[in-house]
Amino acid sequence: MKIDDKLIEYLENLSRLTLTVEEKEQAKIDLAGIIGYMAKLGELDTEGLPALSHPFAAGGRFREDKVTQSYEREQILANAPVKSEGYFQAPKTVE
Amino acid sequence: MEIRDMTALEMGRLIKERKLGCAEAATAVLEAISSTDGELGAYISVQKDRAIAAALKVQARLDAGEALSPLAGVPVSIKDNICTKDVPTTCGSKMLEDFKPVYDATVVEKLAAAGAVTVGKLNMDEFAMGGSTETSYFGAAKNPWDPRRVPGGSSGGAAAAVAAGEAVYAVASDTGGSIRQPCSFCGVSGIKPTYGSVSRYGLVAYASSLDQIGPIGRDIRDCAAALQILSGPDGRDSTSVIERPFDFSDSFSGDIKDMVIGLPVNYLSDGIDSDVRQAVARAAETFKALGAQVEDFTMPMMEYAVPAYYIIACAEAGSNLSRYDGIKYGYRSGNADSLADVYLSSRSEGFGIEVKRRIMLGSFVLSAGYYDAYYHKALQARGLIRNAFNQAFDKYDVLLSPVAPTTAYKLGENITDPLKMYLGDIYTVSVNLAGFPAAALPCGFDRNKLPVGMQLIGKEFSEPKLVRAADAFQQNTDWHKRRCGK
Repeated sequence: MKIDDKLIEYLENLSRLTLTVEEKEQAKIDLAGIIGYMAKLGELDTEGLPALSHPFAAGGRFREDKVTQSYEREQILANAPVKSEGYFQAPKTVE
Repeated sequence: MEIRDMTALEMGRLIKERKLGCAEAATAVLEAISSTDGELGAYISVQKDRAIAAALKVQARLDAGEALSPLAGVPVSIKDNICTKDVPTTCGSKMLEDFKPVYDATVVEKLAAAGAVTVGKLNMDEFAMGGSTETSYFGAAKNPWDPRRVPGGSSGGAAAAVAAGEAVYAVASDTGGSIRQPCSFCGVSGIKPTYGSVSRYGLVAYASSLDQIGPIGRDIRDCAAALQILSGPDGRDSTSVIERPFDFSDSFSGDIKDMVIGLPVNYLSDGIDSDVRQAVARAAETFKALGAQVEDFTMPMMEYAVPAYYIIACAEAGSNLSRYDGIKYGYRSGNADSLADVYLSSRSEGFGIEVKRRIMLGSFVLSAGYYDAYYHKALQARGLIRNAFNQAFDKYDVLLSPVAPTTAYKLGENITDPLKMYLGDIYTVSVNLAGFPAAALPCGFDRNKLPVGMQLIGKEFSEPKLVRAADAFQQNTDWHKRRCGK
């Protein structure tokens, strides 16, 4: 499969990533090889087969819905790269 | 015997008999780390003061007569993608360089309750994506058998530390072979448990339907002792479906005369190093000599496992890693003015190239126009792979296979060719896709005196039987007793 600039830019956008010019050129080569190899699955006849998204068909196990102690605001905010007055801070999004 | 040559259970016994103090054990490991880790690079961080304080607390519990696990007081090291409260948990990434979790992973809580003493956090491929530990932001770990070579990955720091005597045992994770392949490269033992048997709460997510936490040790008995602590239900992980912790009390009889072992001959044909093939074939002969029946068979779907795995793993990784946005925690770029730029720049500067590659592959296989041909198709192939294993387990108790097609390769040898690196996972990824347990253990050496590993695969929740087979092998061989540098 040919990986062109347009597809790389599309994937960058979906992934919220920007690659450098060199990274882009390398990605074209690497992704072409890997995606070409992944296409091997096309050989398989899977018509009508179920899709196994999880190793076990059984549903998840749920715990009792009980109120428990959560974390303090300061603890959670300690890991925030930028914070202000007890909140996460992000650039202004509305003018 | 030197402290750094002991198994975890031997050390635990000495501690219980008061012949070795908990602080003394911790100090010995900390000294081993400070003397050799500068070269080895197995650790990302070491918590010396915490470890000594924890050791003294465990000693006090033992002295007060509290009945703890056979591993009480024994130092343990943790892969750096498992959350440790107030202790950096970096995932080998610049993105999480300064991240200190506000909680302990369930396995870390369980270890502490059992009296384990955590000494440090182990090096790994960034976000567990890699097979050589070369993608770590903090620098590659080395193989203690030959420092010019990789220790494997992604849990390369864990396997290298255990092999070099810088860790007594370790707790790591395995998404597509990340426990087993480094064990094979470093000559130590490890278990990738059944999906759902060990809580993933506090394990930083890579591919959630494949990730599983498990132990790495000097022999399978250490791994079993650790897995007994790690396993069991957890209300904080809805995929933790096991009823109670594993019971290995019947696993050390050495008797495997009732077992039928399947040997997938197609795993031993093309693309495998001849020394690895011979070592695994010799292991099959050992099992026969121990009274097990060993039968050749052909495992279907082998050539579809790697493509199916990388499609599913990358799809899940792309989704899981969308949480790194530079706002709530993790790296934030200083070169961004708008919110969109914060996302873009933080992620582009914070992630390494392999992580970016897998996120973009994930975006590709999930995108409109490609979803059916790649992602949906891979999930269907996953069902076929699981069926193939189930059919094999109708006939066999355990399957014997190589862990990896080669022994440890040189640093830099494969890192520029991602597809080549991915193909090294051919014998391990199908086990994660199917959710089954597998053990890796040493079974020989190659022409360069590098360890060769073999894999034993079992049906879901058959860990006690898997350990019985592995332990019978280790009772009758000494590959696991060989130490590097000796």
